[in-house]
Amino acid sequence: MSVASAASVAAEDAAEEAEDPIIIGNPTDEQLSDQLLSHTWRPITRGWKLAFLITGLGTLMLLALITLTVMRGIGMWGNNIPAAWGFGIINFVWWIGIGHAGTFISAILLVLEQQRVRTSINRFTEGMTLFAVVQAGMFPLLHLGRPWFAYWLFPYPAEMDTWPQVRSALPWDAAAVTTYLSVSIMFWYLGLVPDLAGVRDRAPTLWRRRIYGIFALGWSGSVQQWRHYKIAYLTLAGLATPLVISVHSIVSLDFAEAGLPGWHSTIFPPFFVAGAIFSGFAMVVTLIIPARRVFKLHNVITARHLDMIAKMLLVTSSIVTYSYVCEMFLAWWSGDRYELFEQLRERPFGFYAVVFWVLISCNCIITQALWSRRVRRNVVALFIIAALVNVGMWLERFEIIVVSLTRDFLPSSWHQYMPTWVDIGILTGTFCFFGLLFLAFLKWIPFVPVSELKELKHEELGK
Amino acid sequence: MMKPALMAEFATPHELCDGARVLSAAGVTRLDAYTPYPVDGLQELLGVPRSYVRWIVFAAGILGGGLAYLLQWWINVVDYPLDIGGRPYHSALAFVPITFEMTVLAAGLAALISPIVLGGLPRLWQPVFEVDGFERASIDRFWLAVGVGDRELDRSRDSAALQNAGALRVVWLGGAS
Repeated sequence: MSVASAASVAAEDAAEEAEDPIIIGNPTDEQLSDQLLSHTWRPITRGWKLAFLITGLGTLMLLALITLTVMRGIGMWGNNIPAAWGFGIINFVWWIGIGHAGTFISAILLVLEQQRVRTSINRFTEGMTLFAVVQAGMFPLLHLGRPWFAYWLFPYPAEMDTWPQVRSALPWDAAAVTTYLSVSIMFWYLGLVPDLAGVRDRAPTLWRRRIYGIFALGWSGSVQQWRHYKIAYLTLAGLATPLVISVHSIVSLDFAEAGLPGWHSTIFPPFFVAGAIFSGFAMVVTLIIPARRVFKLHNVITARHLDMIAKMLLVTSSIVTYSYVCEMFLAWWSGDRYELFEQLRERPFGFYAVVFWVLISCNCIITQALWSRRVRRNVVALFIIAALVNVGMWLERFEIIVVSLTRDFLPSSWHQYMPTWVDIGILTGTFCFFGLLFLAFLKWIPFVPVSELKELKHEELGK
Repeated sequence: MMKPALMAEFATPHELCDGARVLSAAGVTRLDAYTPYPVDGLQELLGVPRSYVRWIVFAAGILGGGLAYLLQWWINVVDYPLDIGGRPYHSALAFVPITFEMTVLAAGLAALISPIVLGGLPRLWQPVFEVDGFERASIDRFWLAVGVGDRELDRSRDSAALQNAGALRVVWLGGAS
């Protein structure tokens, strides 16, 4: 493309963006409140009941399979030696990666105050983060084999006079994941307080007012409250920003600290963080497109929001693609025969070659369609691309974990890995549990920050 | 928390600010406002100082990080040293991740708790909630309040002034004056 035409395309984009509103129409504050709060008190329809039933049954299956795993041990899973990290760690890394985009969108875009597109979608993505981290947290616990000893990871005055070994990456992981879950809950709740007060003051029935009233803590919106609140919320966002980067970096150190070919690399922390944000953005799209349709939110989650997320998908896809190329280049450059074998032979052409090619197609090739404005504005196409990215990112973790473990330095210890029905059942179960939590969130919690949206509307329209 | 004597309801933040300006010009100082979202410039208008929450958060972060480092040092160097291939017990670099996480955790807790406590919460019921129509303060109405005991407050003069500024309603709660 010539420079002139590139410039004209950019100008065109900018012009269209200026026309593209963040809020469509000019609803009054009251209309906005009613539109975005009323779902918390409307009766549950048949569709919702069906969705709750399906995800609820899936969650029961998850609980049953967890019980089985705890009773019989992780021999129920496909894990073996050498592949001691099977589905458990793949799912952990995948779910926690999804959790990253939530706080990323919410916190980083708040700190960069210009990004006004954040306002309609931040609570939604924060909810996604929370529920994804809940799924993620289950896996390392179960993978311990004896999850009732999980507290050994934390420093407590033990009767054996022992302490955790903090020079290992595993206690780092425990600290990072628990801190991430806690800070995500705090950030989410603090943002919710003014909207919970809105539901308290608007809900038609007494018991609803009471329940939301308790969680609203008696918020009255006085200047004294707002002055501390605004600063605290911004500070919390500022704290969450480096936290997001730290969590997946620390997760990646679990890998990079080991000597295995394909793991022992300094590229891992940034590579994992980029992959996490990539998969998280994909999950945001997968969830927000149906929710926008069901709740008719086209006036507050506009084409511009989706366009922004699609561009972020494209950016993170490019970073991930670059990392793949970098990994291969570094293997070649190192001249290390094990790295060469792992990266250039076993991954693309070995036993699990199909995983490699599917993940490259999903993460690197299909996303190129997002260069087209028409694709970014096409809800169906965007949804399909995002779903494929979710699959691709899961397969990437499969590849990193399984191919490295099953093809280490000694050919005599090579062994294939295959998941069992329990593995697949637990993974499916976490989808359902995630879905159940998310549906409950959409039904009973104001998932678009109404107070912030009113403030934005006031600023944008000057009314 | 201030007990209100006079309250006025406004439909827009501009009118609220006008009302606040009129009253402070008349010498009224015990002013507070209740709004559905933070109104730009209102805090300065009411003479409310800038929040000091960030200092609390900063102190909590330093404390959390410091204690975390100290704990790691104590358990891995003093109380339970493990020789792993002759590596140093006190390896500062390895203590960084947990120190960082605990800094953020402590600072985050402070950032959650301090606005709640400093805002006088949790307090599920407050006298202002009894004011008729106050439930719209979280939706689309802007309330200005003058606290009990303000010497410059003049019931009839200030009610009229607020109505002139565009108040939909002025409510007197302060008893006879």
